[in-house]
Amino acid sequence: GYLTDVSVSARPTADIISTVEFNHSGELLATGDKGGRVVIFQQETENKSQSQWRSEYNVYSTFQSHEPEFDYLKSLEIEEKINKIRWLPQKNAAQFLLSTNDKTIKLWKISERDKRPEGYNLKEEDGRYRDAATITTLRVPVFRPMDLMVEASPRRVFANAHTYHINSISVNSDNETYLSADDLRINLWHLEITDRSFNIVDIKPANMEELTEVITAAEFHPHQCNTFVYSSSKGTIRLCDMRASALCDKHSKLFEEPEDPSNRSFFSEIISSISDVKFSHNGRYMMTRDYLSVKIWDLNMENRPVETYQVHEYLRSKLCSLYENDCIFDKFECCWNGNDSVVMTGSYNNFFRMLDRSQRRDVTLEASRESCKPRQVLKPRRVCAGGKRKKDEISVDSLDFNKKILHTAWHPQENIIAVATTNNLYIFQEKVN
Amino acid sequence: MACCQSRRKTPPPSAVHCRSWLLLAALCNLCWRGRRSSSFTIKPGLQTLMTLAIKEHEQHERLEKLKTLFGLPVNKAKLTSQRTRLKNQNGFHLCRLGREVYTFVSTSRMSGSLLNMFSKGTKRKFSDGDEEISDESLVGARVASSYSLQRQSLLDMSLIKLQLCHMLVEPNLCRSVLIANTVRQIQEEMTHDGSWHMVAEAFCSAGQSPSERLVATEVLCRSREQDAEPKLFSVISYEGCREEEVVADETLCSVSVSDTVSNVCLAGRIGQCWEKSELSGVERDEEALEDSRLGSGEDEEIDTKDRASTESPKTIGQVFGTFEIKNGSPGPDSALEELFSDVDTSYYDLDTMLTGMQSAPKMGPYDILDSLAPSHSSPSIVSTPNCRSDLNELDHIMEIIVGS
Repeated sequence: GYLTDVSVSARPTADIISTVEFNHSGELLATGDKGGRVVIFQQETENKSQSQWRSEYNVYSTFQSHEPEFDYLKSLEIEEKINKIRWLPQKNAAQFLLSTNDKTIKLWKISERDKRPEGYNLKEEDGRYRDAATITTLRVPVFRPMDLMVEASPRRVFANAHTYHINSISVNSDNETYLSADDLRINLWHLEITDRSFNIVDIKPANMEELTEVITAAEFHPHQCNTFVYSSSKGTIRLCDMRASALCDKHSKLFEEPEDPSNRSFFSEIISSISDVKFSHNGRYMMTRDYLSVKIWDLNMENRPVETYQVHEYLRSKLCSLYENDCIFDKFECCWNGNDSVVMTGSYNNFFRMLDRSQRRDVTLEASRESCKPRQVLKPRRVCAGGKRKKDEISVDSLDFNKKILHTAWHPQENIIAVATTNNLYIFQEKVN
Repeated sequence: MACCQSRRKTPPPSAVHCRSWLLLAALCNLCWRGRRSSSFTIKPGLQTLMTLAIKEHEQHERLEKLKTLFGLPVNKAKLTSQRTRLKNQNGFHLCRLGREVYTFVSTSRMSGSLLNMFSKGTKRKFSDGDEEISDESLVGARVASSYSLQRQSLLDMSLIKLQLCHMLVEPNLCRSVLIANTVRQIQEEMTHDGSWHMVAEAFCSAGQSPSERLVATEVLCRSREQDAEPKLFSVISYEGCREEEVVADETLCSVSVSDTVSNVCLAGRIGQCWEKSELSGVERDEEALEDSRLGSGEDEEIDTKDRASTESPKTIGQVFGTFEIKNGSPGPDSALEELFSDVDTSYYDLDTMLTGMQSAPKMGPYDILDSLAPSHSSPSIVSTPNCRSDLNELDHIMEIIVGS
């Protein structure tokens, strides 16, 4: 089942985590926070050959990716909060990732150094130069092992291409280009070229007063390098083909589910706004997350999703309060597991939900220090919507809306998940009986 | 500000009530008007006024309505048990609409079903124990009023959310768009219901003389010379650097304490009238106006405005005469400048309100005064750095006025 073992890792700093992402092998896990820092964890496997092996993720590298900036023209601060991190597929010994804040995307190279040259003729070991007159013999410097040092260096800075706040980046399957999406535009970049980007989607109206819809997320198809999707605040997803035209304002497919008239309210539009869109690994489906539900779409069927899962339907009657305290605008992410059979997303009160597509089951789990002990199996949680509260259930009114899990990630091959609460990162592993 | 403290008098209750109704109506009116230009309008200077208006209105009317709602004499026994249950379950909690603005929102499941009036047709899941309310006929007549009440509070909440912005960082465009769409939706529905129109009519139709009514009324309604349509004011725009209004915060003018309410005025509005009459004489800076027009839809009314403007300076003189002029120079001109100089221009800047997106360097609303009326020797308008302290100040003033 989905009762999982626990391997809890707390980040060294107490900043609010803003993004979580596994690399393509799953060995590295990157997190970005509100302070502009990136912390990378590395998987250490002990006794992997045994049946009950347990993974640990330890801090591998920490670096400051973005600094706060000030836009003097508009007299506004540019936050250094990392909005998204995306790993590039590994091509050599070094790892590359893209990290972005509201305005600037950076390509970072993370490389290891475990040897260093020793035995220079003209330099001492500490770097001081030797007096040439004192040198009597020559030697060839050799590489000696040293403590592992992980270096992160910025290789590219892609700046000044976005007027509005960047919400998504996505690396193309061609490994040469990537897209960055802000509220109104999507730009296509080449990884080697930083001074130019190509605008492929622009939904900015001529008169900004007529603005009623913004872009909320965008992603490239995992296999087709010409296809990408972007979601909107009105609950629509548009699939675009870059071969059709240079400017992809006209979509190739429009995915939209007709509104259920019985559920109509003043908040209908707000809760239909899509906060995240993710392609499945096989490229046949995509998943969207709106405020109350997760929907799985078949790329060949535009008029409705093939599956809909309610994440926290008990909140539907609380929408007014959630609007008042702004929680209704929270942007939850979602993720697929390696074989696309299970999807996961976060909720409030440090709950997160796992939705099994194949077995039509779902479970609510909690990520908190109190309920998680290492090597202890997580207990499923239940929320009582109304009526009599059963034992072990928690009532809707007792939910803590400040404890929200917005960012989750699933290991691409194994059943290991990373769940980010406000300040902590929890890594769970499935216990195999 | 010292003047208001030393010469404070509590306005008579009826005047307060009138004023509260007026202000709220002004707000609604302006919002309704916005539909014509397919966007809704908010007068930026009314930010604190909205707070005040809602607060007063609530004190006088809305709370009473809510109380009446639950105090229905129909089937007292059931309602009594309802109320008891509500109280027992911590039935109400104060829902904070904004600073010092509250409305009652029930967290109990009983009233949760009332909150469901927002969501028409939402299935109520807490069916057990809901027998009292599930009978629609019981609260049938009251459903409509509670719905409109709730809708109104949602509208107020949304407008406040739009106005309150983070001055340091650009506000979230997605959130702003969603809230704006919600407001439009409510507006459309209210227009359908005729609620807007009723509200707009209610205070425009009365053709009282200026001395009895607030000057704001007639300025808004233009009942004297023009038709009863209120003026179209600055527009909420996501990139509205061209639509900055010269608006002074009403609270500053309304500090003019006298027994009659006629001194209370929309100084900004009048200031604009007055200033537009200056236009004819002063060389226009076309480019400046191009970027920072004083109102997009108002060109047709400028010609008829001058007649109003001739009379307005006198009113201004009366009003501003009650102010303590800091720099000592007399006359309405300096008073006007002095008035504006206290106000943080960036706060009233529509740009920064929503997204802070501007393509060109901003020309604040008061910069227009500077450029158009070069005869004034007062120092250039300086925007105070922090709008929050201004807000606190204004709030403080309003509290004193309201006498709360």
